Amino acid sequence: MDQRRTSRLIDPKVRHVGFFTPAAPPDSLPPPVSVSPSGNSLSPVMIPPPRHASDNLSSRAVGVPVPASTQRRSSTDNLPVGSYNPSESLLGTSPVLSPSSNLVNGEFSEDSANWIRRSNSGKLASSFPSGGFDLTAASEAKKVQGVSEKVGGTVVGVANDLPSSSKPLKEKTTKANRRALQESQRAAKAAAKGGAAPAHEQQVGKAVKAASHKKDGPLVTSSVAASEKKGGDRPPEKDRKKDVPLPRMQFDDKGRVEKAKRRAVVKQTEARNRVELFRHLPQYEHGTQLPDLETKFFQLDPMHPAVYKVGLQYLAGDILESNARCIAMLQAFQEAIKDYSTPPEKTLTRDLAAKINSFVSFLIECRPLSISMGNAIRFLKAHIAKLPVTLAESEAKASLCSDIDRFINEKIVVADKVIVRHAVTKIRDGDVLLTYGSSSVVEMILLHAHELGKNFRVVVVDSRPNLEGQALLRSLVGKGLSCTYTHINAVSYIMPEVTRVFLGAASVLSNGTVYSRVGTACVAMVAHAFHVPVLICCEAYKFHERVQLDSICSNELGDPDAISKVSGRVDINYLDNWANKENLQLLNLLYDATPSDYISMIITDYGMVPPTSVPVIVREYGSEHLLI
Amino acid sequence: PFDTHQTYYTSTHNYMWWRSASFVLDKQQQQQLLQYDDVGKHESRLFSPTTPSSMAETIQNPNPNPNPNPNISAYYQTRAAHHGVVTSDWLAQAQAAVGRDRDDLPSEISSKSNDPGKPFSVIDEFNNWRKQPDLAEAVAAIRALASVIRSSEATTMMELEIELKKASDSLKSWDTTSISLTAGCDLFMRYVTRTSALEYEDFNSAKSRLIERAEKFGEISYKARKIIAMLSQDFIFDGCTILVHGFSRVVFEVLKMAAQNRKLFRVFCTEGRPDRTGLRLSNELMKLDVPVKLVIDSAVAYSMDEVDMVFVGADGVVESGGIINMMGTYQIALVANSMNKPVYVAAESYKFARLYPLDQKDMVPALHPIDFGVPIPSKVEVETSARDYTPPQYLTLLFTDLGILTPSAVSDELIQLYL
Repeated sequence: MDQRRTSRLIDPKVRHVGFFTPAAPPDSLPPPVSVSPSGNSLSPVMIPPPRHASDNLSSRAVGVPVPASTQRRSSTDNLPVGSYNPSESLLGTSPVLSPSSNLVNGEFSEDSANWIRRSNSGKLASSFPSGGFDLTAASEAKKVQGVSEKVGGTVVGVANDLPSSSKPLKEKTTKANRRALQESQRAAKAAAKGGAAPAHEQQVGKAVKAASHKKDGPLVTSSVAASEKKGGDRPPEKDRKKDVPLPRMQFDDKGRVEKAKRRAVVKQTEARNRVELFRHLPQYEHGTQLPDLETKFFQLDPMHPAVYKVGLQYLAGDILESNARCIAMLQAFQEAIKDYSTPPEKTLTRDLAAKINSFVSFLIECRPLSISMGNAIRFLKAHIAKLPVTLAESEAKASLCSDIDRFINEKIVVADKVIVRHAVTKIRDGDVLLTYGSSSVVEMILLHAHELGKNFRVVVVDSRPNLEGQALLRSLVGKGLSCTYTHINAVSYIMPEVTRVFLGAASVLSNGTVYSRVGTACVAMVAHAFHVPVLICCEAYKFHERVQLDSICSNELGDPDAISKVSGRVDINYLDNWANKENLQLLNLLYDATPSDYISMIITDYGMVPPTSVPVIVREYGSEHLLI
Repeated sequence: PFDTHQTYYTSTHNYMWWRSASFVLDKQQQQQLLQYDDVGKHESRLFSPTTPSSMAETIQNPNPNPNPNPNISAYYQTRAAHHGVVTSDWLAQAQAAVGRDRDDLPSEISSKSNDPGKPFSVIDEFNNWRKQPDLAEAVAAIRALASVIRSSEATTMMELEIELKKASDSLKSWDTTSISLTAGCDLFMRYVTRTSALEYEDFNSAKSRLIERAEKFGEISYKARKIIAMLSQDFIFDGCTILVHGFSRVVFEVLKMAAQNRKLFRVFCTEGRPDRTGLRLSNELMKLDVPVKLVIDSAVAYSMDEVDMVFVGADGVVESGGIINMMGTYQIALVANSMNKPVYVAAESYKFARLYPLDQKDMVPALHPIDFGVPIPSKVEVETSARDYTPPQYLTLLFTDLGILTPSAVSDELIQLYL
């Protein structure tokens, strides 16, 4: 499937290359300076300008495990190498269903299909998405394309880049007219979209454009100016990009971050002292952006109030638990869909998908998405794309709303019930159950087991700074369970008397790794050392086909102030005003990855499975999430 | 400092053990046991002469607990009857068992039970099949269920399915401690009823399709042992020493085929207390001219040095890929694992059960009385569990009729079978 996706995506891009080739060589030799020198030394085009290269190197040393990471970062290369990126799931619908590809390609989609067959480089690239050579070829092509998109009409600029990329050039002298057709379509589209365009820029533009921008080197001055103005150029580009997982935004890449910031709705201030290993993750100074956002409320035209509200809640940390976040988001989308009306001369599937994209990018700005949310968005977008064109607007909206309801019901509410039913069979009289943090499904399990009259004790382990465990504790104690409350520091003391550990998860990855609230790995490892079984309770919609080996490459950073200050303790002020000290770095990680070795069992809506069976469920039922 | 910690925790443990779940569970069982003792006899009977009477009970009783002696699980009663537990007249029995023709398919038995006038009983049928010493309980159940379809007078698919469901439920409740019986019934229901046959227009053709599938499934299950024996031949090399535990018909089949293939190997048989099934295996192997050495159960670690591989059967294969098997398997697997010897499990796929024990106590206990040879004071507790759970990390490979699987592939198969 990935293969197919790649080919579909890469080909249109290679096509541009082909088109420009014949025209380019004569007049274009001087400008490539920016690109070709480095290109000659290593792979032709891949090497970004020197400063970025150093950036990449340093971050690479940090140990980002995906081999292609440099390339992914440095170019607009969207190959789904390691689908790391949380935003991948939201912006990338499956290619077949994608409305956007239809939108742009319109009438030339058929011949582009033929073209795929003929195009050599395209085929290569698609069949070896991660192979070094093909990767460069593909990204090369893509890069060129990205540039061309940027510059739009300024063909010269694009052509300049081409000579350096030697491989894909030979084909398609005859594609000129097709290119022209596309240009005209694009122009029409731009005219039609008008005001809507700027909003869209935010989401895709952020990563994609920033990257291609910086690579242009000398071109930048002219082309950027041009691209700023002609928003019309963007929607088509964006739509095409949407098919691919976007490269993960690497926040140690200054150029890109700058660019992204310019478009962001939420003006967040970057925290200055980030821990070296985690520089690639976004980190903001908290508490500064809320008032700013509030003032903007009436200016944000495309943002639906419900989405806005949820975004602010994420930002303020009012909704923390991952199921709650997902449900809140889906319900906000539902509201937005209810209030949505298709603008004239647009089709619902396409325009609404774009709308959802803009919502999603707003939510990402408020707080990076969780994997479960990504899966939910993927589901929603698949459904939007699947809507028959003939369907009346009201019916389409009603069907989407009921789809969302069904997703919430089947994948979360009912799934939780099934998990509870399975999990209580593992609770015996006399058990001492330990849980960490606060997971809604674990809470349901404990309460249900109590209702069944089982006689057990609960140990709630908690940790600073969120202390979510206290909410859980309150609810359990309120229902009359006998509880012990302690902090994670004492986990090795309490573990000998524990007979079962029940933990929630933000996601379970394909290699059985459990991605969850920071501290979970510690609890699981201690439990393992004491031979206490560790049971992970996680709905199957949170499963993801990604593989992750550590907690570094993909994670989320919380507010560093949260760990430097202790609320209610004014006497602990040692770190006041130290936050910006050059030699002090505060790290407030939000998630960690627990290797599957420490996990005895995963309880999902498909029953109780060992962690080695996660890929089986992803394989057998992964697509089902999108199709229910 | 580490040592002090260690002792500290141990002492904490000791202090806490009486609060632990296992203790509570044990205590409950103990109390039950005492109750039974009050009611009647506590002499340990290895042979259960009660099977016929339990059959009679079952017929009258729609949903019976046929087990007249709760100190011993029905599963182990069956095993005792089949495997010829070693007693003084063991040899005579073994001889008789060998003398019997194994391949006579008791078609006459099944036809007999189809006598008009007499109401068809699946338990009856099951017991008829079960008499064959070589037929596994689950296969007997599968055959019995197939004859349910055959003799059914239902006129719609729905009726037939309900009838089948009832029959399988009564079979399962016949012996709740047998994992393979439950799993076999479930699998049969899955395999037989999950077919396009149900969409046939004509009920009769649908029914014959079902019968066809049922018989096919019965055939597959019946042949499973042979397939496994064939698959595992590659793993037995000349000059190797194999440690086996208890008497497993599959393992015996494997060894028999290896011997027939003129492989040179020797076998260490554990004694297999309490029912000493290892003695029977050693006897059978001796007849095949395989060099055998008997080891008492506690000498496993002592002799593990010389062993090249461990071969065990399984009562049930659970979702984690671990196995539930005769008591002692776990410790053998632990010893083998610590000495880096491979542990192979031979198990038919109808033993795959949707169970997931987290630890030893997390199972339906199958009890088996132990004859210590001397009277045990009533205040002394006796652990009478007959089987233990071996977690997947101590197993190397599982030889099944689906192929040779790693423990983690079991769950893959189970998910595909059941979901």
